[in-house]
Amino acid sequence: MDPAYSIIFFSSSSGAGYGLLIWLATGRLTGFWNTSPTLGMVTGLLALILVSAGLLASMLHLGHPERAWRAFSQWRTSWLSHEGVFAILTYPAALLLIAGWIATEIPNSLLATASALTIVLAFMTVACTAMIYASIQPIPRWHNGWVLPLYLLFSLASGGMLFILALGLIGSPQPPLRATLLGLLVLTWGVKLLYWRYIDRQKVESSTATATGLSALGEIRQLEAPHTSDNYLLKEMGYQIARKHAGRLRRNALLFGLAGPVIAVAIDLSVAPSALSHTIMLLGTLSALTGVLLERWLFFAEARHLVTLYYGRGV
Amino acid sequence: MTGLPPSTGKKLGLVTDLDICVGCHACSVSCKEWNAGGHSAPLTDLNPYAHDPLGVWFNRVHVYETDDGEGHTQTVNFPRSCLHCEEPACVTVCPTGASYKREEDGIVLINADTCIGCKLCSWACPYGAREFDSDDGVMKKCTLCVDRIYNENLPEDDRVPACVQACPTQARHFGDLGDPASDISQLVERRGGFSLMPESGYKPVNQYLPPRQRKDQAVATLDLQNVPSGRNDDPQTDGFLGWIDKMLSR
Repeated sequence: MDPAYSIIFFSSSSGAGYGLLIWLATGRLTGFWNTSPTLGMVTGLLALILVSAGLLASMLHLGHPERAWRAFSQWRTSWLSHEGVFAILTYPAALLLIAGWIATEIPNSLLATASALTIVLAFMTVACTAMIYASIQPIPRWHNGWVLPLYLLFSLASGGMLFILALGLIGSPQPPLRATLLGLLVLTWGVKLLYWRYIDRQKVESSTATATGLSALGEIRQLEAPHTSDNYLLKEMGYQIARKHAGRLRRNALLFGLAGPVIAVAIDLSVAPSALSHTIMLLGTLSALTGVLLERWLFFAEARHLVTLYYGRGV
Repeated sequence: MTGLPPSTGKKLGLVTDLDICVGCHACSVSCKEWNAGGHSAPLTDLNPYAHDPLGVWFNRVHVYETDDGEGHTQTVNFPRSCLHCEEPACVTVCPTGASYKREEDGIVLINADTCIGCKLCSWACPYGAREFDSDDGVMKKCTLCVDRIYNENLPEDDRVPACVQACPTQARHFGDLGDPASDISQLVERRGGFSLMPESGYKPVNQYLPPRQRKDQAVATLDLQNVPSGRNDDPQTDGFLGWIDKMLSR
């Protein structure tokens, strides 16, 4: 699949934003970790900026962005519609949650409701993003049970990096939370490794034989393509550039997404807070986000679409 | 709604005979000609006269070569277009309702006025039936010539899809595949018609007819001894020309 930058940026950025909202709202709801007004305001607004930038980027991908509002209409049948509806519903809940740090007269019960709703809606939005891909049956590397947990884990891990960075900056390091984040990073990339192992060994039921129905005649190969240059199908669905470098890109994704952040969090856990430790955490966070972008790019570039079977290519 | 109709009155579709298709691309060209001015017009061509043209077509003719490993090879021409599936995921993934399946005849269409060009439907189709028109910003696909088959301005014989009408070998047939008594359903029954990628679960309406078994040695069935030579050894001897022949042969 063609790795369109707008879509990659969208799911990475909004994923981190929703993850950050989940960390923030969980802290507010349970009181397990510090959610001071400064932290709430800064991370809350940062989350909404990340989410909104992602959603705007996803609109750039459309042939008719001015008609984007129509995408809410099929909320009963389309995962893309579900995603749009949950994304919009998250805004009032998150804004009320953030407002709670300024307007102290908002009752706690209402804030608790807003926090719970923010958690559920942010979670649902990310799940819907994952399901847009996981529901596409002609792309076997997307149409499997690994995709949904991966999107949720990456959202929580990248949002978690931002949240821990912010906690450190306001002088509330919360070591147990850092240890949790370390575990989450390892878990996320562990699942990603299992996903890569899965797609490398995946057996696909469809073949050029089932696509053409000509298996009775023996081996089938394309003698002549229907057109002399690439058409939309081959440009969008037949993207092949990354496959040659997939191994190296996977190693780079692990380096940026796992090794960088884990080292940063580990250093941050073991030294006293200082300008240097904050810088290391900032670099670790940027590294984590880069890792997610690489992982997301590969998610598209390595995905093979069944239509390429008609062009005599394997899936 | 992009929900699917529980059932459709008819199941209009095409049957393509892979046995007699000669791969002339007349169906593709005729389709392009009609639809460039039809329901989904225009079918944009970018760089049509340059070295890397990119255009929207509803029908693409592949050519495959088969080999059974025992010396039998065969060339199969293979037109590919929308199969107007009974359970098309291209319709249910659509976030705007622009993609829909008609309840009365099962034709799958796109409303170009509400399509946002998100391309999700083209991802959901394993058959490559949908092509995005980047110039128009909307998705396009085969309409089964909905603007021909019901068009009372056309003579009745012409109310078939353009690809069917253009085919010089009559390899393409059009009709109601939901009616077991229809000519087209009977043809599918008789010839052992099949669906493409049935494992998709999309239940394609369009069917394909398999190439017939080829004879190993067609020439050996001729008795070469008794074949007329084709030379005129025994010229006509009657009438005026016979008289001329006789005179000149003296």
